[in-house]
Amino acid sequence: MDFTNKNLWLLFEWDGQPIYATETLISTWVVMGILIALAIVVRLRVSSFKGVPKGFQNIIETLVELMSGFAKDNMGAELEGLGGYFFSIFGFILLSNYSGLFGLRPPTADLATSAALALMSFFMIHAVGLYKRRGKYFKDLLDPLPLFLPLNIISEVSKPISLAFRLFGNMLCGVIIMGLIYGMLPMALRILIPDILHVYFDIFVGALQAFIFTVLSMTFIAQKAGTR
Amino acid sequence: MDPKAFILGCSALAAGVCTLSGLGSGLGQGIAAGKAAEAVGRQPEARGAIMSTMLIGAAVAETCSIYGLIIALILLMANPLVALL
Repeated sequence: MDFTNKNLWLLFEWDGQPIYATETLISTWVVMGILIALAIVVRLRVSSFKGVPKGFQNIIETLVELMSGFAKDNMGAELEGLGGYFFSIFGFILLSNYSGLFGLRPPTADLATSAALALMSFFMIHAVGLYKRRGKYFKDLLDPLPLFLPLNIISEVSKPISLAFRLFGNMLCGVIIMGLIYGMLPMALRILIPDILHVYFDIFVGALQAFIFTVLSMTFIAQKAGTR
Repeated sequence: MDPKAFILGCSALAAGVCTLSGLGSGLGQGIAAGKAAEAVGRQPEARGAIMSTMLIGAAVAETCSIYGLIIALILLMANPLVALL
């Protein structure tokens, strides 16, 4: 069985290399479309937000407060502003993981998307660390002994690698196991039995991995920036 | 013996051996869950915080078996050794 990323259409040719629209790209566009539509709806209605929230405004304010409070708990009061960034990361990963329930191939089941997200976290960790601790950031690399420098560098490099592979491995597992189960069952049993596995592999693991990615990125940033 | 068949057979055996990495992850997550159950028994009010800490610890400990799974999948699905023939 083929679980790789299939090329769907040829978009254009650049420098002799054909660039295809793959399944991952289509899924990413759908997830982006949903998130952008939500953002536009909130933006259009923010001018009519009242002092005492009700309904739609209540939901949006609850979500923003939840994420801000979570960022403050994990990273300290000074970095509470990063709650917005982490809300978008969490929302993107959650929607990407759930797009498997709607017939798309989850974009995070492709190493490229997971590695891109981990690379973003890597740059955030070091940028916030440099911004908060200026020159002492380099002194932290020699902590506790200057002999530990190679070990510290390796641990810095291994953080984004582990973030990327955790997300990619869990999602690819779900795709392969669901593909094998569907291939094994006859048409009549495909309605009931895979549902239980979908609840575990897609819903639980999807939400857990999105949460873990966000919380681990926050923890690494808090460690580097020296805040509690 | 056909060299490609030999490589593919050994890759299949290696993919099976890779699943042994699940041993460490199962042990680690079991210990984490046991400690979490103990902590809830001592202080039932802190159940929410203990549960999220346990989930975070379990997911980080899962990474090792995920690495083993990825190597097994690469050997089975996108074997790079056959191209080296």
